[in-house]
Amino acid sequence: MRTVVTLHVNGEPRDVLVPVHKTLLEVLREDLDLTGTKHGCELGECGTCTVLIDGEPVLSCLALPVECQGRRISTVEGMATGGRLHPLQEAFAELGAAQCGYCIPGILLTAHALLAGCPAPSRDQVRHALAGNLCRCTGYTKILDAVELAALRSRGSAAPGEPASGRAVP
Amino acid sequence: MSDEATGTTKDRFSVVGRNLPKIDAWAKVTGDTRFADDLALPRMAHGKLLRSSHPHARIVGIDTTRARALPGVLAVITGEDLPRVKFGILPVSQDEEALCVDKVRMVGDAVAAVAAVDEETAERATELIEVEYEPLRALMSIEDSLAHPEVRIHEYGDGPNVHKAVSLQFGDVEAAFAGAHLVREDVFFFEGNTHLPMEQHAAVAHWGPDGKLTLWSSTQTPHYVHRLLGKILDVPQAHIRVIAAPVGGGFGGKLDPFAHEIAACKLSQLTGRPVKITLTREEVFYVHRGRHPVLMWIKTGFARDGAITGMHFRSWLDGGAYGSYGVASTFYTGALQTVTYKIPAYKFEGARVFTNKPPCGPKRGHGTPQPRFAMECQIDKAAEQLGLDPAEMRRRNLAEPFTKTANHLTVTTIGLGECIDRVVEASGWREKRGRLPRGRGIGIACSSYMTGAGTAIYWNDMPHSGVVVRADRSGGVSVLCGATDIGQGSDSILAYLVAEVLGIEPKDIRVHAADTDLTPVDLGSYSSRVTLMAGQAAIQAAERLRARIFEAVARKLEVEPAALAARDRRVYVAADAERGVSFQDAVVLGEAMHGVLAFPGSYAPPKRAGKYKGGGVGPSPCYSYSACVVEVEVDAETGEVRPTEIWIAHDVGRALNPLLVEGQVEGSVYMGLGEVLMEEQVFRKGVHKIPSLLEYKSPTTLETPEIHTILVETDDPEGPFGAKEAGQGPLLPVIPAVANAVHAAVGVRIDEIPISPDKVLRGLDLARQGKPARVGPERLPLFTFPAPRVVESAFGQPAENVAVRPFAEPTRP
Repeated sequence: MRTVVTLHVNGEPRDVLVPVHKTLLEVLREDLDLTGTKHGCELGECGTCTVLIDGEPVLSCLALPVECQGRRISTVEGMATGGRLHPLQEAFAELGAAQCGYCIPGILLTAHALLAGCPAPSRDQVRHALAGNLCRCTGYTKILDAVELAALRSRGSAAPGEPASGRAVP
Repeated sequence: MSDEATGTTKDRFSVVGRNLPKIDAWAKVTGDTRFADDLALPRMAHGKLLRSSHPHARIVGIDTTRARALPGVLAVITGEDLPRVKFGILPVSQDEEALCVDKVRMVGDAVAAVAAVDEETAERATELIEVEYEPLRALMSIEDSLAHPEVRIHEYGDGPNVHKAVSLQFGDVEAAFAGAHLVREDVFFFEGNTHLPMEQHAAVAHWGPDGKLTLWSSTQTPHYVHRLLGKILDVPQAHIRVIAAPVGGGFGGKLDPFAHEIAACKLSQLTGRPVKITLTREEVFYVHRGRHPVLMWIKTGFARDGAITGMHFRSWLDGGAYGSYGVASTFYTGALQTVTYKIPAYKFEGARVFTNKPPCGPKRGHGTPQPRFAMECQIDKAAEQLGLDPAEMRRRNLAEPFTKTANHLTVTTIGLGECIDRVVEASGWREKRGRLPRGRGIGIACSSYMTGAGTAIYWNDMPHSGVVVRADRSGGVSVLCGATDIGQGSDSILAYLVAEVLGIEPKDIRVHAADTDLTPVDLGSYSSRVTLMAGQAAIQAAERLRARIFEAVARKLEVEPAALAARDRRVYVAADAERGVSFQDAVVLGEAMHGVLAFPGSYAPPKRAGKYKGGGVGPSPCYSYSACVVEVEVDAETGEVRPTEIWIAHDVGRALNPLLVEGQVEGSVYMGLGEVLMEEQVFRKGVHKIPSLLEYKSPTTLETPEIHTILVETDDPEGPFGAKEAGQGPLLPVIPAVANAVHAAVGVRIDEIPISPDKVLRGLDLARQGKPARVGPERLPLFTFPAPRVVESAFGQPAENVAVRPFAEPTRP
C-alpha cells in the first residue's frame, strides 16, 4: 500500500508517494536524494542514521514517514546555513574528527541536539550523549575534542581558526 | 632530502608537519561524500544474493523458476551462468566461486543472485529460489578439522583440511635454550574478531552497450579487483574499469574480490542496466576476512638480565572456509617477532586449517597482533620471574638499527627506546608499578609493524605505486593515483607531499584517486603501504614537474635552475626572494617551454626478500615502533576490566600531519581495546552467534578511555620526508598491555583474548582455591609440522640497500 506523505525536511516541504512500511531512512536516501544520512545496521543499533525530528535525535531506520508528518526533520544537509558551515562541522573538519566519515552525519546531529539543550557540556556529558553512535575509525578522541571546541566557539569564547582547549589549530 | 638544508621542521617544510584538515574533510562533515551505496544511475536495478544456510553441504539442485516468474525480476543467475573458474586473492589459493556450484563450505556462501526493479522484489525473489542441499559434516574448529581427514573442505593444501603448514629455522634455537638462564614455555589463544566497518560493502556495476564494464565498489584495492574480474568474468581486463568509491571504513575487510561485486557485473550484463548490490549488516559478518583465531605456543630463552637468547614460536590458525590472504597471514604470525628485541636464533612453525566458517584474512595488523600478544605477555611473565622491571627489561634488549634480524628482515631506524622512555615518563610508570591498590594495575607492551609489504601479492617487476602529477596554465595541479582513501587520509597525504615539493598549498591541488582507467596502478590500501609507497611516487612526480618549471623560470630570470626555490605559491631565486614569479606564471613558462606538463612517479620497495621460501612475507622498507602503557581497574565482583587511561608513543618516522597521525594512533588503540576486552567472531552449529551491531560488542564513547598520544620522529631514509606508517602498528601493543595490567591489578593471567569478565572471575576463583591463577588454553592440537627449512640466522648483519630502490633516479633534480 502506498500513501502520499508530506515531510518538512531542512525547512522544505516535500511530498512523496511511498509504501507505508518504507522507513524514513529509505525515503530520505532513495526518494529525496538526501544521501548524507547513512545506514549501518537498519536495526536501530549503531546510531549512523540519526536525524533530528523536532530537534530530538531519532534513528531514521526505525522511523516511519507517516509518523513524521507535520514535524521538523533535520538532516546533515541542513546543518550549514547561508553557505556557512555549522560550528560543529567546522570543528570536526579542523580537528580531523572525520576519518572515513561514514558515522559523522549521525554524530554531528546528535551533538547538535546536545548543544541545543546544554551549551557547555562536560566531556562526560558529551560521552553520554554520543554513546549510541558507533565510530570504528577515530577512537572518539577527536570527536569529543571537536564537540567541545564547537561548544566553546558557539558560546563566543573562541572564533573559528583560533586555538581552543589548548590545541593549536592551523 | 639532500638538497634541503637541515633545520627545524618548520624551517625546512612549508606543509609537512602542519596540523591541516584533510582535503576531503568538508565533504565528510556535510554529507557530500558519496560512498558506493550513495550512487544511483538512471535505470539502475537492485541485486540480492541468496546465501547458504548450511555450513557444509553438497548442492544437489537449484530451481529458479518461481523467482524468475515474480513480476519485477529482471534476471536470476547461479554459478552455471558464470565461467567455471575458481579465484582467490593469492595466486596460490584459487579456491573461491562467486556463486557456488557443487558445494557450499560455510553459512553465507552465495549460491544465486537476482536483479529486480527494487531491492524488496529482489529479496522476495531470492526466497523463491529452491536449493536442494545434501548436508555434509561441518568442521567447526581446528581440532575438528584435523580429527576428520575423511571429510575434506577443499581438495588442495598441505594435508587433509590443512591449507598451509610452514616451518622455518634461523640459527640453533636448541643451543640458545641450553645457554639460557630461564626458559619459558607458554600457550596463548587469540579469538577471532571482525573489522566491523560502519559502511556495509556496496557495489554498482554498469556493463555498457559498448561491451565495457565499469564497477564502483567500496574496495580497498581496486587494482586487485580489476585484475581478478578479468579472470572471473572472462573479459579482457582492458575492457574493465574499477573505481573505488570513498570507503566507509575498511580495516582489511574490503581487500578481497567479493561475490556481490561479481554478481552485480554479471547481472548488469544480462539486464543491460546498471545493478547495485549493497550488503546487509548480517551479510558483512559472514563476508568477514577478519582476524584469525590463533592458538600459539611460545618457547623463549632468557639470560639473567632479560636478554632473549632464542625463540621458538608455533601457531595454529583457524582459517575458515577459504584461502583468502591466509598463506600470508600464516607467515605473518611468525614474521615480526624479531624486529623489536634482539633475538639471535629463531624458529617458527605455523599451520592454517580450513573450517566451515567465514574465511579469515587481513585485519589491521594482519597476522601480527596475535603473536605480539603472546610474546609481550610472556616477556611480562619472564620479567616477573627474573625480578626485572618489564619496561627496563625491554629497553635493554632493543634490536639494533640498520641491521638484519635472524629471519633476514632489514630494519632501518628504531625509535622504540624513546617510545618506551616517553610512555614510562608520561604514565608515571615508576611511581605506579607495584604500588597501586589491589584492583588497579598498570601494564606495558611494545610492538613494531611494517610500512608496506616489500613484495606484491603476485610476483612482478612493476611499480607498487604510480602517480601522475599534472599542471596547466590555470595554475591548477592535479594528482592522479590508484591509491584508495579509506578514511586514513591517503588522498590528503598525496596533496601535502605534492604541495610541499611545488611550494603551493594543499587546497591548490585536486586528487583523483582509485580509478583504473585514469590513475596509475597502486596496489591498494593494505599493509600500511600508501603513505610511503604512493608518497614516494608522488614526490618523484612532483620533483620532475618542478624541474621542468624551474628550467623555464631559470631561463626567464637568467639564473641556474639550481638557484631557484618554490614556496608560498612562488618560484624565486633562493638567495634573492624578491626575484621570482607566481606559481601560475611559472607553470605558464613551463608549459610554453616544454608543452604539456604531466609527469609520472613510480615506486617499488627495495628488493630485500630473504632467500628462502616464505622470505617474501615480512620485508618492508622500514618498520614503525610503538610502546604502550595501560592503567586498568578490575572489578573483583563482576570481573569487568575498565581501562582508565592509556599512554602510547609511536615512532612514525616523521609526522607528515600530526593531527592525522594522532587520529590513526587513537583509532588503533580503540580497535585494540575492542579486541582485547569484548570483540568475538564466534559460531554455534555453523551459524554466527552474534551477527549484529548490538550483540557483537564494540567500544562506545563510554568504554573508550582518554588516550594520550606521543609521536616520536626518527626521519627514516626510506620514508617520504622520513615518514613511516601509523595506521596499524599502534593497535598491537594495546592488547598485551591490557593483559599485563590485569595481572598487575588482580594477579590473574588471562592468556586468552578477549579478556571477558567470565575469564577474570574464573581466574580469581582459581586464585582463591590456591591454584595457579591462569586462564587460557590447556592443550594443543595433535599436528606434526613439516621438517624445518634451516636457514642461517642473519642476526646482527648490517643492513644493505638502504634507500636503494627500483625506479628511483640516481640524483633528484
